[in-house]
Amino acid sequence: MQDVREALYVGSRSDGTLIRRPMSPHLQVYKMRLSMFLSISNRITGVVATGGSALGVFWLAALAKGPKSFASARKVTGNPLGQLVLFGWILSLVWHTVGGLRHFIWDAGHRYDKKELNEDGPVALGVIAGVGVTLATALLGVSCCRARHRAKLLKKAS
Amino acid sequence: MNATSPTHRTVMRSQLGRARGLGSGHSGTGHWIVERVSAASLLPLSGWFVIQMFRLGGADYEQVAKWGGKPVNATLLAALVATSFYHAEVGLQVIVDDYVHGKAHAPTKLLVKIGTGLLGLLGIVSVLKLALGRPASKG
Repeated sequence: MQDVREALYVGSRSDGTLIRRPMSPHLQVYKMRLSMFLSISNRITGVVATGGSALGVFWLAALAKGPKSFASARKVTGNPLGQLVLFGWILSLVWHTVGGLRHFIWDAGHRYDKKELNEDGPVALGVIAGVGVTLATALLGVSCCRARHRAKLLKKAS
Repeated sequence: MNATSPTHRTVMRSQLGRARGLGSGHSGTGHWIVERVSAASLLPLSGWFVIQMFRLGGADYEQVAKWGGKPVNATLLAALVATSFYHAEVGLQVIVDDYVHGKAHAPTKLLVKIGTGLLGLLGIVSVLKLALGRPASKG
């Protein structure tokens, strides 16, 4: 027996012979709905956000190690690919946070009817897109401006 | 249903009894609660971190290191790192439970624990080094 759950799939026919009970159908038989997409994406963004946080910890470690390591870390975060990764990290954090807040609302016993779920889905998507893109653009923009300004000052000084 | 048939696999336990040992009858509630508590704790901590990043983004090494060396910043940063990776561990465990079956299940779960644990530890050690390990002469 590969999986302990197999024990629960054992059933018997009226003549007593054993059969394997059918399992409930999986993803492929359903049409993709927004509620389904948001549920799946909440998991995926959780994993992506964890990956981003791992990179964030490496950034912290570089900072703790010293100026040279921090300069290398800055090269990574400063180049276009690094900026894209940062953008994705911020977006998945916002996405996962909005999903989590919806879970809190459901846990409190609200907005869990089919009609309410279908009403809230597009709102959630709008909030994710609005807050996520605004926050990521603002944060990366402010950092970029400050870094450029600092580079200019350094040039003037030297 | 002919339960007395000799071909029937007889187990002196009910289906419910067997199911209980597998799922929420054990420690599911506790797992669910720590997932929510860590998520709720992450909300203010993340908000604080976002504000700090707006103040700090693009700053040079000295400024960032000085920021990380302040006791309140170091405390909140360590709390953020610890809570984040704790929440990640709890969440990833559920995903492993759902998608990894058979022999791979236990090692994968262990790997998730070790991975998130080490990353969290690296973050906290880094924060402590920033807060405590700065050369005294520079004050």
